[in-house]
Amino acid sequence: MDTNSTAATPEHEKTPARRTFFRWITGAAGAVAAAMAGVPIVGYLVGLGKPKVFWVTMGKVADFPQYETRHVTFDNPLRQPWDGITSQTGVYVRNLGTDDPDGEAQFLVLAVNCAHLGCPVSWFPQSGLFMCPCHGGVYYSDGSRASGPPPRGLYHCVWRVSGDTLEIQAPHYPTLQDTLKDTA
Amino acid sequence: MIGWLKSIGRWIDVRIGFSETLLPMMRHPIPRAVDGPMGWWYVFGSASLTFLMLQIVTGIGLSLVYVPSAEEAYDTLLYLDYQHPFGWFLRALHYYAGSGMVVMVLVHMTQVFIHGAYKYPRELTWLVGVGLFACTLGMFFSGQILRWDPDAYWGLAVAGSMAGRVPGIGPQVVELLLGGPIIGAGSLSRFYALHVFVIPGALLTLVGLHLWLVLKCGISAPPVAGEPVNPATYDAAYHEELKRGVPFLGDAIMKDICFSALAVIVVVCVAAIMGPKGPSGPPDPIVSGANPRPEWPFLWIFALLALSPPSIETFIMLVLPVIVIVALMLVPLVSNRGERAPSKRPVAVLLVIVVYTALGVLTYQGVVAPWSPVMDAWTGDPVPVNLVKRSTPRELQGALVFQYKNCRNCHALDGIGGRRGPDLTTIGTRLTRNKMIDQVSNGTPGGGNMPAFGKQMTPDEMAMVVDFMVSLRPERQPPAGAPRDLVASGEQ
Repeated sequence: MDTNSTAATPEHEKTPARRTFFRWITGAAGAVAAAMAGVPIVGYLVGLGKPKVFWVTMGKVADFPQYETRHVTFDNPLRQPWDGITSQTGVYVRNLGTDDPDGEAQFLVLAVNCAHLGCPVSWFPQSGLFMCPCHGGVYYSDGSRASGPPPRGLYHCVWRVSGDTLEIQAPHYPTLQDTLKDTA
Repeated sequence: MIGWLKSIGRWIDVRIGFSETLLPMMRHPIPRAVDGPMGWWYVFGSASLTFLMLQIVTGIGLSLVYVPSAEEAYDTLLYLDYQHPFGWFLRALHYYAGSGMVVMVLVHMTQVFIHGAYKYPRELTWLVGVGLFACTLGMFFSGQILRWDPDAYWGLAVAGSMAGRVPGIGPQVVELLLGGPIIGAGSLSRFYALHVFVIPGALLTLVGLHLWLVLKCGISAPPVAGEPVNPATYDAAYHEELKRGVPFLGDAIMKDICFSALAVIVVVCVAAIMGPKGPSGPPDPIVSGANPRPEWPFLWIFALLALSPPSIETFIMLVLPVIVIVALMLVPLVSNRGERAPSKRPVAVLLVIVVYTALGVLTYQGVVAPWSPVMDAWTGDPVPVNLVKRSTPRELQGALVFQYKNCRNCHALDGIGGRRGPDLTTIGTRLTRNKMIDQVSNGTPGGGNMPAFGKQMTPDEMAMVVDFMVSLRPERQPPAGAPRDLVASGEQ
C-alpha cells in the first residue's frame, strides 16, 4: 500500500491537469454550441431589418380639391400575404394649394395614428379639427397639436407627385422615435 | 375486480413511490386553527389554481379550432361563437374564468398581505407569487389580442406606442413587439406564442415553485395579535404548533374544494348567461368610429393616462409598472418580522384601503371615460329645446354654430354630449362675454384641454356662438359680470 501511494503521488498530480484540460474543453464546447445555436436564434427574433420603400398611389392630383382633407385608404404594400384586412391603411390627404415657387401642388399627408398612443383620429371638416377617441387628443388641419395629451402633431407621410398622380411612401406603424420621415 | 385494481395500483406505487413521497406531502400537518372558521381565509390560492386548470382545459379546447392567422382568426371566432357545438360556451368560460383568476389572485394576495403571511420564512413564496400575478395579467392582455377585433388591433397600437417611448431603443422594441413594420399577422402570431407557450411556461414553472414553497415552509397559522414573528424562534415554535396540527388532506382541504366548486359554479353560470365576449367586429383598421377600450384589469391605467399631466406620462407607461412590481417584491424584504395581525398593522390595512379605493375610482373613470370626445354628439344630440325656447334669431344661429363646429363633442348641454370640457348649460352665469371670446379663440393656454377656435370659425360665427352661450342661463338670472344693482333689480 505504502509503495503504491508514494508511486501514485506523481500520478495524482497529473490527473487534475488532465481533468482540468477536459473541463476546459467541455466548457469551450458548451460555449461554442450555445453560440452556434443562439446567434441565429437571437438574429431570428430581433433581426427584422428596415422595411423596403414602396410607393403607393393615392389618386390623381386633380381629384384632391384645394384646402380640403380627404381620407384615402389603401392596402399597405408592407403587408404579408396573410395579413388579411389588417393591412388596410388610411391616411388623410390635404391639398395645400399651389403656393410654392414651383407652382406644383403642395400636399400634406397625415397618418391616422394619434401621436399620443396610436388610436385612429377622425377628421371634422366643419371645425377643421382631428379628434382622437381614446384620450381626447385634438389636432388642427395642418396636423399640428391643438390640445390634449399628444406630445407632438400627427405624423407626416412622405409624398411625391409622379406625373399627374399623388404617391406616398407606404407608412409603417409610426411611433415617437420612428416617425414616417425617417424612411425617406 | 377491486382486488385486481389494487394490485395494479401497488405494482405502480412500488415503482413510482407515490405513497412514500406525494401522499405524505398531501397529508402534511397544517396549523390546527386553519381547520376552524379562519380556514375560509385560506381558500383563495386554491381557487386561483382551480381557475388556472379551467383555463388550461378551455384554452386547449379553443386552440383546437382557433387559427392564429390575421386573415382567419376572426372567422374562426365567429365559427366558435355560432356553429361549433359549445364553442360559444368555451369562449365565454375562458373569458370569465380568466377574469375570475385575476380576481382570485388579487384577493389571495390581499389576504396574504393583510394577514402578514408573507413574513419569515415565506418571503420567497410571496416573491414567486408576485411573478404569478404578473404572468396572470400578461395572459389577460395577450388573450385580449387573440380576440382579433378592433379592440385587439388598437390595443396593439397602444402597446406599440407605449413601447415606442422607450429611450434609445424604442423603434427596435416596437418592431420586436409588433413583429413587423405594421400591425398585422406578425403581431398576432407573436401574441399567440406569448399566450400559449411563453407566459404559460413561466406561469406553470412558477406555480410549481410556489406550491413547493407552500409545502416546504408550511401554511402560516392565522395571525394572533401580540405574537410577532421572530425569525430566530419562529421555526421551532411553528414546528411545535404542527405537532398539534391537522392533516391538509382531510377536513382542511374540504374548504378549498367547497369554495373552488362554488367559484366554478358562479363562473359557469356567468359564462352561460353573458355568453362569449366579442369579437366586436372584424379588425378593420380603416373603419371609422373605432372607440378602443382596454380590458377591465387595465382600465385604471387607461384612466391614469388620460388624467395625468403629459409631462409624466412616459414615466407612468414605462417606469410605474416596474415600480409597482418592485414595490410588491420589496414587501417581504422590507418587513419580514414583527406583528402579523391586521389589528396591529394599521399602515398595512390603510395601504390596502387606499390602493383599492384608487384602483376602484380609476377603473370607474375608465369605464365612463369622460375625457373621450363623443364623436357623434354634434349630429346625434340636438340642442335641448328648453335652452333655445326664448332665443333670438342670432342666438339660434349661434346654437347651430355650436353644433356645427363640433363643440358638443366635448361640451354637454343639459348633461347630454361630451364630457371632456365643462357642461355649458349655465355658462352664461359663469363667464362674461369677453372671457368667452377669449376662451373660444385661444382655447386653454399652452394647448391644454381645449383647442383654439380663433382660426376655426369666422368672426361672425364667433359672435353668434358667444351670443348663444351668454343666453345659456336660467330664466331671470343675469349674465355673468352684470353690475350688482342690475342683479338686484333683476331679481325683484
